[in-house]
Amino acid sequence: MSRVVVDVMLKPEILDPQGKAVHGAFDRLGFDGVASVRQGKRFEIELTGDAGPEAVAEIERAASTLLSNPVIEDYTLHVETEA
Amino acid sequence: MRIGVVTFPGSLDDRDAARAVRLAGGDAVELWHADADLHGVDAVVLPGGFSYGDYLRAGAIAGMAPVMRAVVDAARGGMPVLGICNGFQVLCETHLLPGAMIRNDRLRFVCRDQPLRVENADTAWTSAYEPGERIVVPLKNIDGCYVADERTLDQLEGEGRVAFRYDGHNPNGSLRDIAGVTNAAGNVVGLMPHPEHAVEPTVGPGSTDGLGFFTSVLETIEGMARA
Repeated sequence: MSRVVVDVMLKPEILDPQGKAVHGAFDRLGFDGVASVRQGKRFEIELTGDAGPEAVAEIERAASTLLSNPVIEDYTLHVETEA
Repeated sequence: MRIGVVTFPGSLDDRDAARAVRLAGGDAVELWHADADLHGVDAVVLPGGFSYGDYLRAGAIAGMAPVMRAVVDAARGGMPVLGICNGFQVLCETHLLPGAMIRNDRLRFVCRDQPLRVENADTAWTSAYEPGERIVVPLKNIDGCYVADERTLDQLEGEGRVAFRYDGHNPNGSLRDIAGVTNAAGNVVGLMPHPEHAVEPTVGPGSTDGLGFFTSVLETIEGMARA
């Protein structure tokens, strides 16, 4: 089995109120040296077979249509190899 | 005239929307998220709520429900479609309307009687109003902050496609105080506030300011039938 990981983040120009709130908590709890926080989503997708080009292309399609909304979000995708 | 109201798992305001349709003089037709067709309705309302728990993104999974394929096709063909709150989010997710909703800027669920300005009174759902008219309808959401890139916002303003703006206080950080938008043809309208909760004097904010959405669409359909 192979695993494909998709990370989804709000585009840099889109306000991230949740990230800002987390940043506020950093400050309140005394975690120093933090300039900003952005919050995103991580999807770990287990494939039934190998992560060949076709299988990855299929997940890529899901990432761009289902897992992210291209109006407000960007995604990155990588295949995780077993350690 | 038959106005369909879609129920998704997690819809909350479908019954209120159907009631508003009836009070305006239309026949409300229940549509189910798994329906493959629209049962011959003349227009569709996507109601408020938390469809599929708003998992992934508000309105995202509902946007891919079987019934939405039929709604998207019908909307592209000119059928009037109104998205209220979660329904607006669904319309943005299907890209029938531009932009998207993110978490409210102050991260709180907002529930209040909300003054709005009707910016475009030429759509299928707003023709009963005067341009610039101030109406008060309930607002209740946590993912209500309307965002789009600057180019899209400028285009919406230039084409008169900002249908509603928050009047006075902006409750959720929506860019340019946008409360609702329309597509270029004016048949698809979405807004975060809830006109269907302001159709009887005894409930909601005590106004019937929301009834005009439903009388507008009945008139629109009549006009389409005559044409």
